[in-house]
Amino acid sequence: MSLWERHKIFETNSLVLFFGALVVIAIGGIVEIVPLFYLKNTIETVDGVRPYTPLELAGRNIYVREGCYNCHSQMVRSLRDEVERYGHYSLAAESMYDRPFQWGSKRTGPDLARVGGKYSDTWHLDHLNAPSSVVPSTVMPAYPWLAETELDIRYIGEDLIVQQTLGVPYTDEMIETARRDAVTQGTLDALDSDGLLERYPNANIRDFTGTVAATGRLTEADALIAYLQSLGTAIDFNLYDDSANIR
Amino acid sequence: MADSEHNEPRLDPVTGYKTTGHDWDGIEELNHPLPRWWLWIFYACIAWSVVYWFIFPAWPLVWSATGGLIGWNSRTAVDQEVAALETNRGPMIDRLTSTEIAAIKDDPELLDFTRAYGSIAFKENCAPCHGAGGGGSKGYPNLIDDDWLWGGSIDNIGHTIAYGVRNDNADSRYSEMPAFGRDGLLSGAEIREVVYYVRSLAELPVPSSADLTAGAEIYARDCASCHGEAGTGDQELGAPNLTDAIWLYGSDTADMIATVTNARNSSMPAWGERLDPTTVKALTFYVHNLGGGD
Ligand code: HEC
Ligand code: HEC
Ligand code: HEC
Repeated sequence: MSLWERHKIFETNSLVLFFGALVVIAIGGIVEIVPLFYLKNTIETVDGVRPYTPLELAGRNIYVREGCYNCHSQMVRSLRDEVERYGHYSLAAESMYDRPFQWGSKRTGPDLARVGGKYSDTWHLDHLNAPSSVVPSTVMPAYPWLAETELDIRYIGEDLIVQQTLGVPYTDEMIETARRDAVTQGTLDALDSDGLLERYPNANIRDFTGTVAATGRLTEADALIAYLQSLGTAIDFNLYDDSANIR
Repeated sequence: MADSEHNEPRLDPVTGYKTTGHDWDGIEELNHPLPRWWLWIFYACIAWSVVYWFIFPAWPLVWSATGGLIGWNSRTAVDQEVAALETNRGPMIDRLTSTEIAAIKDDPELLDFTRAYGSIAFKENCAPCHGAGGGGSKGYPNLIDDDWLWGGSIDNIGHTIAYGVRNDNADSRYSEMPAFGRDGLLSGAEIREVVYYVRSLAELPVPSSADLTAGAEIYARDCASCHGEAGTGDQELGAPNLTDAIWLYGSDTADMIATVTNARNSSMPAWGERLDPTTVKALTFYVHNLGGGD
């Protein structure tokens, strides 16, 4: 009996079939996924990328909670028309602290990978409260509760711990100061802006909704806008050398 | 389940096909092979995949992956495509870069190009705030009319676009209307009086009980320095004309009271930080030609 005729054992024994299938699929995984963790030309380090500040991370959690990713990707692909429209294509390093990542190809709305700084905070607030008030033809739903709901920062340190467990380099100091950093960045209380900037260079410190001073509280919209305004701003592409990173 | 048998293939008299020789409890399997053409395409694909491994990046090795014989790389590929685009567009871009904005309209080809180029950049970057046609909305000024906050000459429009309004850029347009109510500079009653006075300047309806003389006094003291004695505004300070029918924040008494109580001081990003100078130039031309340029 030739080797090719020994499939009988798989066809008559479901457990053997199961493990056989597992081995075949694992080969695909080992060849396609495992090398990405060690190959030098798939890992790039780029100056300027830092973990999210606690307030940005809280905004990111709201972004995920509200399912913004169902309509928005965060990856400028290396295609001419995308580079023309959105700016420099995304680098792997730019999403190295994104867990879970927000790439994707579902674009009912525009890509958001470089939206930071493109609009004013007021515009983001108007747009989240009622997108059609600024873009009449939009199909984006309104999220008016974000500006009404107080931001829950009780577990913000724990959020950092989760990210730290997943490999994001948050230090124990950052975890300890997480709550202070959040209220400092949102200007609820200017506790330690120098420390914040030292821990998270280039963080935007301001009253994102313009209501913090008057109401004395941070809202979910503050966190979400802080997050949106940070997107794609880490790397200065005037200084970034494309050719050095083509390997 | 009884053991299956492996017999010699035989001809099945009912279907006219040969069997494979597999026999499960007397049930036999017919040998019904895939069509030849399909199989050959399949083999050809396998053969091509081997060629492909050599031409394109493919196999992970110990420290790096194979790069492929033709050196293809998605990053190089996009760089080349963008370079090709720039070569194509280059002559027109160069012409636009070297032509004074005021002279663009004398060159029909350049005029078409600049209109199209400006319009695309406007839709992508400006339309979300100023509206697809430049008509604006509450808080985002109309760019079609000839009522300008910061001036409607080519130079003024160009400066506003490149450096923005009330942002971190050192050259941004800047002024700050005080939040008269929130900061306790005026009482609620005084705000009402001055708002009625402003309404009377614009010939908007005011209640007959309004004390316009008191309002005029407050206006002269607290508002005229920016909005002008007569309320016609000051483009150096981005202070709007309060005597016309164009209201950025609405013409209801309630809207105006909200403006004077909390101030608006809206902002616009500095587009020169995000877009290249030629695109800013095309936008300046485009906005100036929307209808209201001086
Ligand atoms: C149903 C799909 C949909 C969902 C869900 C959605 N959006 Fe949008 N979004 C759009 C569309 C369409 C546009 C383009 C028109 C506009 O500006 O409103 C847009 C535009 C935007 C823009 C402006 C992008 C640019 O460059 O002009 C931002 C920022 C944005 N959305 C943020 C969000 C956030 C944050 C959420 C979640 C809270 C969200 N969106 C959820 C469809 C969606
Ligand atoms: C985030 C919203 C936003 C975007 C995007 C935006 N603008 Fe503006 N723009 C404003 C606001 C708000 C003002 C008024 C600022 C003020 O109160 O003085 C303004 C003012 C202006 C003015 C001055 C108007 C005047 O009356 O003097 C011009 C010109 C202008 N914008 C052009 C542009 C162009 C061109 C673009 C696209 C490159 C653009 N804007 C994108 C919000 C925006
Ligand atoms: C420091 C200069 C300054 C002073 C003083 C000032 N304003 Fe203003 N005002 C502005 C500017 C600048 C704007 C436009 C704000 C914007 O575009 O966000 C404005 C806008 C307004 C508007 C809204 C106009 C519109 O089109 O919707 C009203 C109404 C107004 N001011 C009334 C007043 C009154 C009443 C006073 C005095 C109590 C006053 N302002 C004092 C600078 C000033």
